[in-house]
Amino acid sequence: MDFWAELVIAFFLVVSGIFGFVGSFGLIKLRETMQRLHAPTKATTLGVGGVLIASMLYFLLIEGSFSFHELLITLFLFLTAPIVAHFIAKTFIQANIRPSDVPPTGREHGWSMYDDPPSDRREE
Amino acid sequence: MLGRIFPHPLLSLVLTLVWLGLVNKVTPGNLVLGVALGIIVPLTTAAYWPNRPRLRNPLMAAEYALVVLWDIVVANVQVAMIILFKRNADLRSTWITVPLDLTSAEAITVLAGTITMTPGTVSAMLAADGGAILVHCLHAEDPDAVRDQIKSRYERRLKEIFE
Repeated sequence: MDFWAELVIAFFLVVSGIFGFVGSFGLIKLRETMQRLHAPTKATTLGVGGVLIASMLYFLLIEGSFSFHELLITLFLFLTAPIVAHFIAKTFIQANIRPSDVPPTGREHGWSMYDDPPSDRREE
Repeated sequence: MLGRIFPHPLLSLVLTLVWLGLVNKVTPGNLVLGVALGIIVPLTTAAYWPNRPRLRNPLMAAEYALVVLWDIVVANVQVAMIILFKRNADLRSTWITVPLDLTSAEAITVLAGTITMTPGTVSAMLAADGGAILVHCLHAEDPDAVRDQIKSRYERRLKEIFE
């Protein structure tokens, strides 16, 4: 029983190691900032997730106790990762992308970084 | 009466559960402290959410969470494959515009977060009037298909949840 538990835990650790590596490798390999942004927002989610699953399984199967911390880390990660990616994207766009580089909104108003919001609505 | 103690029952529940998760041990004392937080925090912050979102369809929210979790796993594998096996010259990165039917700020926030976490897309910017979202695709053979998938897979569900 212990052997199988350890096998499963090790499997998740290896998976997380691979994805963590690929995410970091993507940062070096990809050429543009916007492309690089894809590597850490996705590949590393499974990297961290694998470690957390392995940790939960370890406490559940070997220590015999249940730990909620991993669930919370997952929750906070899902809340923060997109926001950070959004910040980086915004900063990059502000410095390097002109309105003519991106497709039109298809609406009366342009993108929020180049155009003022309509006056009768609160800012979003 | 109950509405005055719990202006935001869902937030109270979440706060209590997160507190219990943080201390990692369910004892009566922790439960009392968690419930106290669940009552005090919503009461003191109620003024800051004048029109808070309502979950119209909790079952759909659960389905949405499962769909997104599954897509995150798929997204990880896809992006890893692209990083490892595609030459940079073959990458067709592109911007796409996704028109939004959602109007509530909370629903758009969730959608933007979902887009960032799922296959090959990162949300970058909103239109000034909040009616469209700018998405960057790492590798899109067919940008229109990506847009349609975002609309049918995520936005439709979010619309049922929030609006």
